[in-house]
Amino acid sequence: MFRRVAVRLLSHLRPFSSSEVPTEPVADDLFMAAWRRIVPNLDPPRTPLAFMRPRPSTASAASTPSKLTINLVSHYSSALSNKQVDMVIVPATTGQMGILPGHVASISELKAGLLSIHEGDEVTKYFISSGFVFVHSNSVTDIIAIEAVPIEQVDPDSVQKYFKEFTQKLSAASTDLEKAEAQIGLDVLSTLHSSLSG
Amino acid sequence: MAMTALRREGRRISGLLMSPHPVNLLRSSLASSEEQVLVGARSISTQVVRNRMKSVRNIQKITKAMKMVAASKLRAIQTRAENSRGLWQPFTALLGDIPSVDVKKNVIVTISSDKGLCGGINSTAVKISRGIHKLNSGPEKECKYVILGEKAKAQLVRDSKKDIELSMTELQKNPLNYTQVAVLADDILKNVEYDALRIVFNKFQSVVSFVPTTSTVLSPEVVEREAEAGGKLGELDSYEIEGGETKSEVLQNLAEFQFSCVMFNAVLENACSEQGARMSAMDSSSRNAGDMLDRLTLTYNRTRQASITTELIEIISGASALEG
Repeated sequence: MFRRVAVRLLSHLRPFSSSEVPTEPVADDLFMAAWRRIVPNLDPPRTPLAFMRPRPSTASAASTPSKLTINLVSHYSSALSNKQVDMVIVPATTGQMGILPGHVASISELKAGLLSIHEGDEVTKYFISSGFVFVHSNSVTDIIAIEAVPIEQVDPDSVQKYFKEFTQKLSAASTDLEKAEAQIGLDVLSTLHSSLSG
Repeated sequence: MAMTALRREGRRISGLLMSPHPVNLLRSSLASSEEQVLVGARSISTQVVRNRMKSVRNIQKITKAMKMVAASKLRAIQTRAENSRGLWQPFTALLGDIPSVDVKKNVIVTISSDKGLCGGINSTAVKISRGIHKLNSGPEKECKYVILGEKAKAQLVRDSKKDIELSMTELQKNPLNYTQVAVLADDILKNVEYDALRIVFNKFQSVVSFVPTTSTVLSPEVVEREAEAGGKLGELDSYEIEGGETKSEVLQNLAEFQFSCVMFNAVLENACSEQGARMSAMDSSSRNAGDMLDRLTLTYNRTRQASITTELIEIISGASALEG
């Protein structure tokens, strides 16, 4: 009964707070209260909210911002964080998608391909191997990729070498799994090859 | 009787010690024979203390070496953990983190170490997991464990054996990398039915501070339910979902991706915490060994000096008995 009341309270409270001051709650109050009630001897565990880096609020701004703020993260580094750029082109599964300031909020899946970041006159290109991109309503864009490599660091000769290797593997593959793996390898390599040239 | 003893001693030692003074001869011979008898009895106690000192010194060396090893391992893994911290932030920014979400099927993923001697981090992780289990148990609700690491398994098998769904050990045999964790996450997602996954681990804040933390990852159905209910996730509807054929497919991929990212960070942070905790445990252990060694040294010296004093007293009393 407590939970039902709490959920109703939650739905009453949250919309009120989101339209007001853009402060994120440091911890989930319901969780803390329930913890203190049921497990009083232990300190409650922290939650990721306590460790979030501060972000601009997603409350809809009156005017569209002039620049896009992007964060590019991969599992081994935060390649870019809070960088102000003009435009980003991401390789979504539905094709190359361009994101400009004022883009509608969206969540899209990415496939392996070239990510290009346009800042003024300079263009930085990364090759990413799938991931997700979140565009928030305040023009903050999060690009989460498993691997994000600056295109300068890709060696064209090894691309050719691995392409030959995977073509061989595909022809020699017997099981569906091996065929699928070889096919995936070929797809990524051909995208890599075209990104190098294009 | 003294005369016969003198003659006997004199005959025995006259060959060895040509001393002009017979009293001296007697004193030294008496001393040497008595010393032999009494040294036998005394050296047993100093021998015992000396053995203890040797073993404590060895322990001190071993714990110091373990501390150095843990420090070097920590250095290697700390940069990777800090770099992976950006990975889960976009997900929490988008979906929030609601540990108080009310769902039917809870799965608690407890991350612990395989090796011991790392202080109390495994116990705290298990205590927090048990607390979350208690919080989420009730009618129509089930709560299962997925355990990573030997130490948590040993503790949880004792009282929650039927609730353990899956357990995996020897994670750190090869250096941790994303592929391994992704395969692990895939395994868990395929074999365990879940509405909410609660990952419990120790977050590495500094070499001396490890905070138990819990991250909640919701299944796509629960995400949709919460989005309709409003709240932080209510804004999710305003996001256009692109890619894939249906919205639910993308949300499914999103949930799986989120889980693998959060797991990767959690496993790295826990490994760092383990090494840090081991460093401080071994450090306090070497310090204790050092203290114990100091105390044993004092005992040893006291015993040794007491035996020398006893010897002197006997010599002197023997000599004065002869004179007087």
